[in-house]
Amino acid sequence: MNKSLVRLKSVSKTFADKPILQNISMEINQGEITTLIGPNGAGKSSLIRLILGLITPDTGTIEKIPNLTVGYMPQKVNIDPTLPISTCRFLQLANTSHEECHNALELVGIPEVKNTPFHKLSGGEMQRVLLARSILRKPNLLVLDEPVQGVDFNGQNELYGLIGKLRSSLNCGIVMVSHDLHLVMSATDHVICLNHHICCQGKPEQVTQDPAYLDIFGETAFYNHKHNHQHSLKGEVLDSDGTHRHGKGCQHD
Amino acid sequence: MALIAMGKGANMIDFLIYALLAGLGVAAVAGPLGCFVVWRRMAYFGDTLAHSALLGVALGVLLNIDLGIAVTVVCLLMALGLVALEQQGVLALDTLLGILSHSALAAGLVVISLLSDIRVDLMSLLFGDLLSVTASDLWVIYTGAAVAIILLATLWKPLISITVEHDLAAVEGINVARTRTALMLITALVIAVAMKIVGVLLITALLIIPAAAARRVCATPESMALIASLTAMASVISGLAASWYIDTPAGPSIVISAALLFCFSLGFKQKA
Repeated sequence: MNKSLVRLKSVSKTFADKPILQNISMEINQGEITTLIGPNGAGKSSLIRLILGLITPDTGTIEKIPNLTVGYMPQKVNIDPTLPISTCRFLQLANTSHEECHNALELVGIPEVKNTPFHKLSGGEMQRVLLARSILRKPNLLVLDEPVQGVDFNGQNELYGLIGKLRSSLNCGIVMVSHDLHLVMSATDHVICLNHHICCQGKPEQVTQDPAYLDIFGETAFYNHKHNHQHSLKGEVLDSDGTHRHGKGCQHD
Repeated sequence: MALIAMGKGANMIDFLIYALLAGLGVAAVAGPLGCFVVWRRMAYFGDTLAHSALLGVALGVLLNIDLGIAVTVVCLLMALGLVALEQQGVLALDTLLGILSHSALAAGLVVISLLSDIRVDLMSLLFGDLLSVTASDLWVIYTGAAVAIILLATLWKPLISITVEHDLAAVEGINVARTRTALMLITALVIAVAMKIVGVLLITALLIIPAAAARRVCATPESMALIASLTAMASVISGLAASWYIDTPAGPSIVISAALLFCFSLGFKQKA
């Protein structure tokens, strides 16, 4: 049994009277990749921010092991172009030596961008540099917010491969947000399907069979999924019979 | 103007040296601080703080307290108020700043106009009065500038970190709110001190233009801060020289010098 790094118990969060997350209970374990999937506006990023401690829950608790070191890869880093900063310098902001930065860039496969100005990196290079920054502090928990965004198909496969390798070399737990389901499915241990509440969760092959998952993502399990229900503007599921199905792990009414 | 009237005697050399030293002191700290104003797009923040300095003068005269203290306190309070409002997120930030900035400026002008028995030189408040700097002003300017430079140097790394990506900085253990508040307070302090040099309407220019000029020729944040300081110092020297030889107002001449240096910098191919 793998050690639990972070444990959320009945966590809820409301922004401007809109319930973004309701009654979320989940665990992140050492050595496991947990993937959050769900439609836009489902609360994935908010859940990530709760786990990172950037926001606090309204109700519920988040327990973390005492020696938790978190590595974070944000969706995007927008540095004002008036700020001159090299890639190496960007990495060194994580309080690491020049050599460690070099090694991290080597690990993600782009040692050549070391002296490239940060804002001249290509989309794929940028994602790898952000991944490199996230591993610099030797984290036991990696939090990756859409790690392959803006990367072409082959690059996505490579990045997921890299993330899988990092999991074993760092022996860390990984939480990542993803949109592209079918690539993720092969690279993950645990999938949580989120739409303000946890619709369903489990091993990828279980989740893809779950009616709640199919309700949201359709049977092709591909990003261009066929919806068998509509969402209201608020993101609520409007099923034909006015309700939506609940998965096994679902705790709301 | 005043220069000619008093004649260019030995006393004038003293005046000029005081003015030069005061200008150079402010220019030194305007470099690194101006870089943050540019990187973090805080120009409007700077304007708002500068305009509130005028309100500080008015209140200082009204309550009969030292003007330097009144201006500094009002600027610092305004900075704290802005930090609090920024976190509220009630209105778009630029709208909010626009309201505060111009209200503070207008309130300052109205209060000053009501003080009919005391003569306040509005032009020198708005555009600076570098040539009237006294030895005691120099002390205030150098103390303020030294405090600001020491704080900037101490907080340099976390400041760069939160400017690059504040969430990453927070996850890596930097207290983002405290660092940001510190930067606002440093900005307020420098503006309070710089008011004497270029006046409330031109302070932001002294922060932004040298930093923007430095950007073209620099590849690291540190070199940009240094070159911005040197550019600001060169602007002070040439602005004062213009004031001395062709009798132009010192504050605006400094800003024009900085603007010319910026135009000159456009000739360089951007590094990095």
